[in-house]
Amino acid sequence: MYFESIARIVAERTGCDVAEVKPESKFSELGIDSLDTVELLMSLEDEIGIEIELDQKVETIDDLDKFIQSKQEQAS
Amino acid sequence: MLKGKVAIVTGGSRGIGEAIAYELASKGADIAVIYSGNVSAAEQVCRKCQEVYGVKAQAYLCNVADFEIVKQTVAQIKADFGTVHILVNNAGITRDGLVARMKEADFDAVLDTNLKGAFHMIRHCTGLFLRNREGCIINISSVSGLIGNAGQCNYAASKAGLIGLTKSVARELAPKGIRCNAIAPGFIATDMTQDQSDNPLLAQVPLGRMGTPREVAEAVAFLASADYITGEVLRVDGGIAM
Repeated sequence: MYFESIARIVAERTGCDVAEVKPESKFSELGIDSLDTVELLMSLEDEIGIEIELDQKVETIDDLDKFIQSKQEQAS
Repeated sequence: MLKGKVAIVTGGSRGIGEAIAYELASKGADIAVIYSGNVSAAEQVCRKCQEVYGVKAQAYLCNVADFEIVKQTVAQIKADFGTVHILVNNAGITRDGLVARMKEADFDAVLDTNLKGAFHMIRHCTGLFLRNREGCIINISSVSGLIGNAGQCNYAASKAGLIGLTKSVARELAPKGIRCNAIAPGFIATDMTQDQSDNPLLAQVPLGRMGTPREVAEAVAFLASADYITGEVLRVDGGIAM
Protein backbone atom coordinates (compact mmCIF):
# COMPACT_ATOMS: atom_id res chain seq x y z
CA MET A 1 0.00 0.00 0.00
CA TYR A 2 2.89 2.30 0.76
CA PHE A 3 5.31 0.51 -1.55
CA GLU A 4 5.49 3.30 -4.10
CA SER A 5 6.20 5.97 -1.52
CA ILE A 6 8.85 3.84 0.14
CA ALA A 7 10.45 2.91 -3.17
CA ARG A 8 10.62 6.53 -4.28
CA ILE A 9 12.18 7.72 -1.04
CA VAL A 10 14.67 4.85 -1.11
CA ALA A 11 15.57 5.69 -4.71
CA GLU A 12 16.05 9.36 -3.83
CA ARG A 13 18.16 8.45 -0.84
CA THR A 14 20.42 5.93 -2.55
CA GLY A 15 20.44 7.41 -6.03
CA CYS A 16 19.32 4.13 -7.59
CA ASP A 17 16.60 3.73 -10.21
CA VAL A 18 13.18 3.40 -8.61
CA ALA A 19 12.51 0.38 -10.81
CA GLU A 20 15.33 -1.47 -9.07
CA VAL A 21 13.50 -1.30 -5.76
CA LYS A 22 11.31 -4.37 -5.35
CA PRO A 23 9.07 -5.39 -2.44
CA GLU A 24 11.47 -8.21 -1.64
CA SER A 25 14.55 -5.97 -1.78
CA LYS A 26 16.47 -6.01 1.47
CA PHE A 27 17.44 -2.64 2.93
CA SER A 28 20.96 -3.95 3.48
CA GLU A 29 21.26 -4.78 -0.23
CA LEU A 30 20.12 -1.27 -1.09
CA GLY A 31 22.84 0.16 1.10
CA ILE A 32 20.47 1.28 3.83
CA ASP A 33 21.44 0.53 7.41
CA SER A 34 19.16 0.27 10.43
CA LEU A 35 19.57 3.92 11.37
CA ASP A 36 18.76 4.89 7.78
CA THR A 37 15.48 2.98 8.04
CA VAL A 38 14.56 5.13 11.05
CA GLU A 39 15.23 8.22 8.95
CA LEU A 40 13.32 6.73 6.04
CA LEU A 41 10.33 6.25 8.25
CA MET A 42 10.51 9.90 9.26
CA SER A 43 10.39 10.98 5.64
CA LEU A 44 7.39 8.70 5.23
CA GLU A 45 5.71 10.17 8.29
CA ASP A 46 6.00 13.60 6.71
CA GLU A 47 4.60 12.32 3.45
CA ILE A 48 1.76 10.18 4.76
CA GLY A 49 1.03 12.49 7.66
CA ILE A 50 1.04 9.88 10.38
CA GLU A 51 3.37 9.19 13.27
CA ILE A 52 4.90 5.75 13.45
CA GLU A 53 7.37 4.40 15.94
CA LEU A 54 9.67 1.79 14.45
CA ASP A 55 9.84 -0.62 17.37
CA GLN A 56 10.93 -3.68 15.47
CA LYS A 57 13.50 -4.60 12.88
CA VAL A 58 12.47 -4.56 9.24
CA GLU A 59 14.55 -6.35 6.64
CA THR A 60 12.80 -5.75 3.36
CA ILE A 61 10.77 -3.03 1.68
CA ASP A 62 7.70 -5.23 2.05
CA ASP A 63 8.38 -5.68 5.79
CA LEU A 64 8.30 -1.93 6.21
CA ASP A 65 5.18 -1.58 4.08
CA LYS A 66 3.37 -4.22 6.16
CA PHE A 67 4.67 -2.70 9.38
CA ILE A 68 3.24 0.71 8.53
CA GLN A 69 -0.07 -0.86 7.48
CA SER A 70 -0.33 -2.73 10.78
CA LYS A 71 0.38 0.47 12.70
CA GLN A 72 -2.25 2.25 10.65
CA GLU A 73 -4.82 -0.41 11.46
CA GLN A 74 -3.98 -0.21 15.18
CA ALA A 75 -4.38 3.55 15.09
CA SER A 76 -7.73 3.55 13.36
CA MET B 1 27.18 32.09 17.26
CA LEU B 2 24.14 29.94 17.81
CA LYS B 3 21.58 32.24 16.23
CA GLY B 4 18.60 30.31 14.86
CA LYS B 5 19.39 27.28 16.98
CA VAL B 6 17.02 25.88 19.57
CA ALA B 7 18.56 24.50 22.76
CA ILE B 8 16.94 22.43 25.50
CA VAL B 9 18.55 22.71 28.91
CA THR B 10 17.30 20.25 31.51
CA GLY B 11 17.58 21.32 35.12
CA GLY B 12 17.75 24.82 33.70
CA SER B 13 16.10 26.76 36.50
CA ARG B 14 19.15 27.10 38.73
CA GLY B 15 22.79 26.27 39.33
CA ILE B 16 24.85 25.09 36.38
CA GLY B 17 21.77 24.71 34.18
CA GLU B 18 20.79 28.32 34.71
CA ALA B 19 24.28 29.45 33.71
CA ILE B 20 24.13 27.21 30.63
CA ALA B 21 20.79 28.74 29.60
CA TYR B 22 22.28 32.25 29.80
CA GLU B 23 25.49 31.32 28.03
CA LEU B 24 23.68 29.69 25.08
CA ALA B 25 21.16 32.56 24.99
CA SER B 26 24.05 35.04 24.90
CA LYS B 27 25.24 33.30 21.73
CA GLY B 28 21.80 33.73 20.21
CA ALA B 29 20.15 30.34 20.80
CA ASP B 30 16.48 30.10 21.70
CA ILE B 31 16.10 28.29 25.01
CA ALA B 32 13.66 25.66 26.28
CA VAL B 33 14.21 25.31 30.00
CA ILE B 34 13.13 22.04 31.58
CA TYR B 35 12.62 22.21 35.33
CA SER B 36 11.20 19.87 37.91
CA GLY B 37 10.00 21.98 40.78
CA ASN B 38 10.59 25.68 41.02
CA VAL B 39 8.35 27.36 38.47
CA SER B 40 9.17 30.91 39.51
CA ALA B 41 12.92 30.27 39.21
CA ALA B 42 12.44 28.69 35.77
CA GLU B 43 10.31 31.58 34.58
CA GLN B 44 12.83 34.07 35.86
CA VAL B 45 15.58 32.36 33.86
CA CYS B 46 13.37 32.57 30.76
CA ARG B 47 12.64 36.25 31.38
CA LYS B 48 16.33 37.03 31.65
CA CYS B 49 17.01 35.12 28.41
CA GLN B 50 14.33 37.17 26.67
CA GLU B 51 15.10 40.57 28.16
CA VAL B 52 18.88 40.50 28.35
CA TYR B 53 19.69 38.36 25.33
CA GLY B 54 16.61 38.94 23.16
CA VAL B 55 15.98 35.26 22.41
CA LYS B 56 12.85 33.17 22.67
CA ALA B 57 12.68 31.24 25.93
CA GLN B 58 10.08 29.06 27.56
CA ALA B 59 9.94 26.88 30.66
CA TYR B 60 8.54 23.34 30.77
CA LEU B 61 7.68 21.39 33.89
CA CYS B 62 8.93 17.85 33.27
CA ASN B 63 10.27 14.99 35.34
CA VAL B 64 13.02 13.67 33.06
CA ALA B 65 12.91 10.32 34.87
CA ASP B 66 9.52 9.65 33.22
CA PHE B 67 9.81 8.30 29.67
CA GLU B 68 6.28 9.26 28.60
CA ILE B 69 6.32 12.73 30.14
CA VAL B 70 9.61 13.46 28.37
CA LYS B 71 8.05 12.33 25.10
CA GLN B 72 5.14 14.73 25.59
CA THR B 73 7.41 17.57 26.64
CA VAL B 74 9.69 17.21 23.61
CA ALA B 75 6.59 17.14 21.39
CA GLN B 76 5.41 20.37 23.04
CA ILE B 77 8.82 22.00 22.57
CA LYS B 78 8.73 20.98 18.91
CA ALA B 79 5.28 22.55 18.58
CA ASP B 80 6.45 25.77 20.25
CA PHE B 81 9.95 26.14 18.74
CA GLY B 82 9.67 24.16 15.49
CA THR B 83 12.59 21.86 16.22
CA VAL B 84 15.59 21.26 18.49
CA HIS B 85 19.29 21.53 17.60
CA ILE B 86 21.07 21.37 20.94
CA LEU B 87 20.25 19.18 23.93
CA VAL B 88 22.00 19.76 27.24
CA ASN B 89 21.31 17.01 29.76
CA ASN B 90 22.11 18.80 32.96
CA ALA B 91 19.30 17.72 35.30
CA GLY B 92 20.77 15.89 38.25
CA ILE B 93 20.07 15.08 41.85
CA THR B 94 22.11 13.74 44.76
CA ARG B 95 21.13 11.34 47.53
CA ASP B 96 24.51 10.93 49.18
CA GLY B 97 25.21 8.18 51.65
CA LEU B 98 27.61 5.41 52.47
CA VAL B 99 27.19 2.34 50.32
CA ALA B 100 26.83 0.16 53.43
CA ARG B 101 23.73 2.08 54.44
CA MET B 102 22.30 3.30 51.16
CA LYS B 103 18.61 2.70 50.58
CA GLU B 104 17.65 1.13 47.29
CA ALA B 105 15.24 4.01 46.67
CA ASP B 106 18.10 6.52 46.95
CA PHE B 107 20.21 4.60 44.48
CA ASP B 108 17.31 4.26 42.04
CA ALA B 109 16.21 7.89 42.28
CA VAL B 110 19.66 9.16 41.35
CA LEU B 111 20.05 6.70 38.47
CA ASP B 112 16.54 7.45 37.21
CA THR B 113 17.05 11.19 36.99
CA ASN B 114 20.74 11.52 36.16
CA LEU B 115 21.22 8.60 33.76
CA LYS B 116 17.85 7.45 32.53
CA GLY B 117 16.70 11.06 32.32
CA ALA B 118 19.46 11.75 29.80
CA PHE B 119 18.53 8.63 27.86
CA HIS B 120 14.87 9.68 27.76
CA MET B 121 15.76 13.12 26.45
CA ILE B 122 18.13 11.74 23.82
CA ARG B 123 15.63 9.07 22.85
CA HIS B 124 12.91 11.60 22.12
CA CYS B 125 15.09 14.32 20.56
CA THR B 126 17.02 12.09 18.18
CA GLY B 127 14.17 11.99 15.68
CA LEU B 128 14.35 15.77 15.39
CA PHE B 129 18.13 15.67 15.02
CA LEU B 130 17.86 13.02 12.30
CA ARG B 131 15.34 15.12 10.41
CA ASN B 132 17.60 18.16 10.66
CA ARG B 133 20.67 16.11 9.79
CA GLU B 134 22.39 17.94 12.61
CA GLY B 135 22.28 17.83 16.34
CA CYS B 136 24.43 18.36 19.36
CA ILE B 137 24.01 16.55 22.65
CA ILE B 138 25.96 17.59 25.72
CA ASN B 139 25.68 15.48 28.84
CA ILE B 140 26.76 17.01 32.13
CA SER B 141 28.67 14.22 33.84
CA SER B 142 31.01 14.76 36.78
CA VAL B 143 34.54 14.05 37.91
CA SER B 144 32.80 11.66 40.36
CA GLY B 145 32.06 9.55 37.33
CA LEU B 146 35.75 9.52 36.39
CA ILE B 147 37.52 9.07 39.73
CA GLY B 148 34.69 8.15 42.13
CA ASN B 149 33.73 9.91 45.33
CA ALA B 150 33.21 8.30 48.74
CA GLY B 151 29.62 8.75 49.85
CA GLN B 152 28.35 9.16 46.30
CA CYS B 153 28.30 5.66 44.86
CA ASN B 154 24.88 6.29 43.30
CA TYR B 155 25.79 9.69 41.88
CA ALA B 156 29.19 8.53 40.63
CA ALA B 157 27.61 5.47 39.01
CA SER B 158 25.06 7.64 37.24
CA LYS B 159 27.74 10.05 36.04
CA ALA B 160 30.04 7.25 34.87
CA GLY B 161 27.03 5.78 33.09
CA LEU B 162 26.55 9.07 31.27
CA ILE B 163 30.05 8.73 29.84
CA GLY B 164 29.25 5.31 28.37
CA LEU B 165 25.99 6.69 27.05
CA THR B 166 27.80 9.67 25.54
CA LYS B 167 30.39 7.60 23.69
CA SER B 168 27.89 5.05 22.39
CA VAL B 169 25.48 7.70 21.16
CA ALA B 170 28.40 9.60 19.63
CA ARG B 171 29.44 6.53 17.63
CA GLU B 172 25.89 5.61 16.65
CA LEU B 173 24.80 9.03 15.44
CA ALA B 174 28.06 10.41 14.04
CA PRO B 175 27.23 9.20 10.51
CA LYS B 176 24.14 11.43 10.64
CA GLY B 177 26.01 14.56 11.60
CA ILE B 178 24.91 14.38 15.22
CA ARG B 179 27.55 14.93 17.88
CA CYS B 180 27.45 13.85 21.51
CA ASN B 181 29.90 14.98 24.18
CA ALA B 182 30.12 15.09 27.95
CA ILE B 183 31.44 17.61 30.40
CA ALA B 184 32.84 16.48 33.73
CA PRO B 185 32.69 19.39 36.17
CA GLY B 186 34.63 19.18 39.40
CA PHE B 187 33.71 21.19 42.48
CA ILE B 188 31.37 23.88 41.25
CA ALA B 189 29.85 26.36 43.69
CA THR B 190 26.04 25.95 43.43
CA ASP B 191 23.16 25.41 45.84
CA MET B 192 23.59 21.68 45.36
CA THR B 193 27.26 21.64 46.35
CA GLN B 194 27.78 24.51 48.76
CA ASP B 195 28.56 22.16 51.63
CA GLN B 196 31.58 20.89 49.67
CA SER B 197 33.67 23.70 51.12
CA ASP B 198 34.86 21.43 53.95
CA ASN B 199 35.46 18.54 51.60
CA PRO B 200 39.12 17.57 52.03
CA LEU B 201 39.30 16.92 48.29
CA LEU B 202 38.97 20.65 47.72
CA ALA B 203 42.55 21.10 48.95
CA GLN B 204 43.58 18.79 46.12
CA VAL B 205 42.23 21.01 43.35
CA PRO B 206 45.40 22.12 41.55
CA LEU B 207 43.86 25.48 40.67
CA GLY B 208 43.05 25.93 44.35
CA ARG B 209 39.39 26.93 44.22
CA MET B 210 35.89 25.80 43.33
CA GLY B 211 34.67 26.47 39.82
CA THR B 212 31.73 28.65 38.86
CA PRO B 213 28.61 27.59 36.94
CA ARG B 214 29.64 30.08 34.27
CA GLU B 215 32.90 28.25 33.68
CA VAL B 216 30.98 25.03 33.00
CA ALA B 217 28.53 26.91 30.80
CA GLU B 218 31.36 28.29 28.69
CA ALA B 219 32.55 24.74 28.04
CA VAL B 220 29.00 23.83 26.95
CA ALA B 221 28.92 26.74 24.52
CA PHE B 222 32.31 25.68 23.17
CA LEU B 223 31.16 22.11 22.54
CA ALA B 224 27.93 23.39 20.99
CA SER B 225 29.93 24.85 18.12
CA ALA B 226 32.93 22.50 18.07
CA ASP B 227 32.03 20.73 14.83
CA TYR B 228 34.87 18.21 14.83
CA ILE B 229 34.54 17.05 18.44
CA THR B 230 32.38 14.08 19.37
CA GLY B 231 32.56 11.40 22.07
CA GLU B 232 34.74 13.67 24.18
CA VAL B 233 34.62 14.02 27.95
CA LEU B 234 35.79 17.52 28.76
CA ARG B 235 36.87 18.06 32.35
CA VAL B 236 36.10 21.45 33.84
CA ASP B 237 37.53 20.71 37.23
CA GLY B 238 40.52 22.88 38.07
CA GLY B 239 42.70 19.88 37.32
CA ILE B 240 41.45 17.60 40.11
CA ALA B 241 40.83 14.54 37.96
CA MET B 242 43.83 14.73 35.66
